[in-house]
Amino acid sequence: MTGKKKKDMNHMGYVFVAPFLIVFLIFSAYPVIRTLYLSFTQYKGYGAPTFIGFDNYKRVVTDPIFWTALGNTAKIWGINIVLQLGLAFLLTIVFSDIKYKMRGLSVYRALFYLPNLIAATSVAFLFKVLLDWQFGSLNQILIKAGIIKSGINWLGQPGTAQLVVAVIGAWMWFGNSFIMLMAGVQGISRDYFEAAAIDGAGRWRTFGSIIIPLLKPILLYVAITSLIGGLQLFDIPFLITDGAGAPSNALNTVVLYLYNSAFKYNNVGYAGAIAYLLFFIIGIVSAIEYKVMYGKKED
Amino acid sequence: MTRNIKKTVLHAALILLSMLCLFPFLMMIINATRTGNEIMTGFTLIPGDAVADNWETVSGYFNLFRGLGNSLLVAVTSTALTAYFSALAAYGLAVYKFKGKNIIFTGIIIFMMIPTQLGLLGFYDLVNALGLVDSYIPLIIPAIASPATIFFLRQFLKATLSPALLEAARIDGAGEFYIFHRIVLPIMSPGIATMSIGAFIGSWNNYLLPMVLLTTPSKFTLPVMVASMNASQDIVSNQGAIYLAVAISVIPILIAFAFLSRYIIGGITAGGVKE
Repeated sequence: MTGKKKKDMNHMGYVFVAPFLIVFLIFSAYPVIRTLYLSFTQYKGYGAPTFIGFDNYKRVVTDPIFWTALGNTAKIWGINIVLQLGLAFLLTIVFSDIKYKMRGLSVYRALFYLPNLIAATSVAFLFKVLLDWQFGSLNQILIKAGIIKSGINWLGQPGTAQLVVAVIGAWMWFGNSFIMLMAGVQGISRDYFEAAAIDGAGRWRTFGSIIIPLLKPILLYVAITSLIGGLQLFDIPFLITDGAGAPSNALNTVVLYLYNSAFKYNNVGYAGAIAYLLFFIIGIVSAIEYKVMYGKKED
Repeated sequence: MTRNIKKTVLHAALILLSMLCLFPFLMMIINATRTGNEIMTGFTLIPGDAVADNWETVSGYFNLFRGLGNSLLVAVTSTALTAYFSALAAYGLAVYKFKGKNIIFTGIIIFMMIPTQLGLLGFYDLVNALGLVDSYIPLIIPAIASPATIFFLRQFLKATLSPALLEAARIDGAGEFYIFHRIVLPIMSPGIATMSIGAFIGSWNNYLLPMVLLTTPSKFTLPVMVASMNASQDIVSNQGAIYLAVAISVIPILIAFAFLSRYIIGGITAGGVKE
């Protein structure tokens, strides 16, 4: 204890942090460690787990369904991210152009963001009925407009089903990415743009030499968060078809496989190994993203 | 001149894109008013008059207002817990110097990066062992620990709170909790509001965890209830009913967004961009 001059209040820090810390250790930290432990056991979700070493991991890496699921997830995420970031970038270029001075940013921003607010369950059911191949509005519109002759079975064929889920993802998330990128651009000093304009830099030059380099931190944030979210894709593939990855396993994603392994087939230990393997993969890809953006040259 | 033409084209493209964002919701509302048969025979932008029939089909299978109430209960309580306890912890981390503070802060940053699926199985196992399956407790209490909210509020405090203000209050004889509640909380309120909107939407839309944990249909939150439609032949065979059920789950969010869009959008960038 210190003297009388000034009371030391620093021990109060523990009191303020305690509720968070207790709940965090019980409900966040412990479950993550428990999952790790279970991944080394044979465990049905009831009874006692039996320790089996690396057997689950050995099984996952040779499990064709896991690799199919990972491939599906990567494919869907890949299409999704290209559409999502491509669109977000185009919009950012349009709205940050100092010659055009486009109006209505706040209205467009709100409209583009709207799909992101809706629960994925509602989105999944909405598109499930809109894309119904016999009675869905999309086919009816396309037939009426003369674009197609007979209905396309969007959700019944592997290729189109994956495309549909990727496009829905992009539809839900491009507004979010646009808002992030736009906030970044608005944080860049006007001087850079004016200097570039005086130097005669065109739109694309300005974009490549000023916007992209200065946006790197936000770009990295968007890339990594969308990777973490994208590789955990679950709700929409789970609900838009039969919940088991139909058609022909094309919508079986890693987290869907994890969920079904644990809660449908009662193979909790195995599902734990899937969870950690996915975490490992996310870590590696995040590191690659970081390297690609910051590793080239030091300045 | 050419610039004006280009601008017009750009605006046309932007309006088209906005329509793509709204059109599915428009079709949803229109189709919710039509019968299953009408929907099968073709599409139209003219609303029908079958809302009442569709509603009967939907309400014959589940009580959506119950789901709405359940979701509201879970989302409001967990948001309140996140807001208050995150503010408390953020203040503790921002103002005091104590042993282990850096470890806690590092742990917070690490857990912001960890995907939720990593803890899912262990969490379910824990809840099961505690006998809390099919209860709201595991959906609400863990909201006390929200690393991202704490991280954001700590940064917010570091930028806005002056140590001199705290010193002055202490000299006047104010206790630490009095200072927190009367002086610090009001200063933090814009940051808390921002994070609360995000926390509320996250909880409101959450599907995986409530789906895994809740087993009694009358306890289902709205997303779980909507997703359980698959099991009802009456509903699945009447597309109008599906549209109506989805519409009821979506419309409260659309209304809230109409009033709060500025704040909601302001909150999105709060996590990633410092201004």
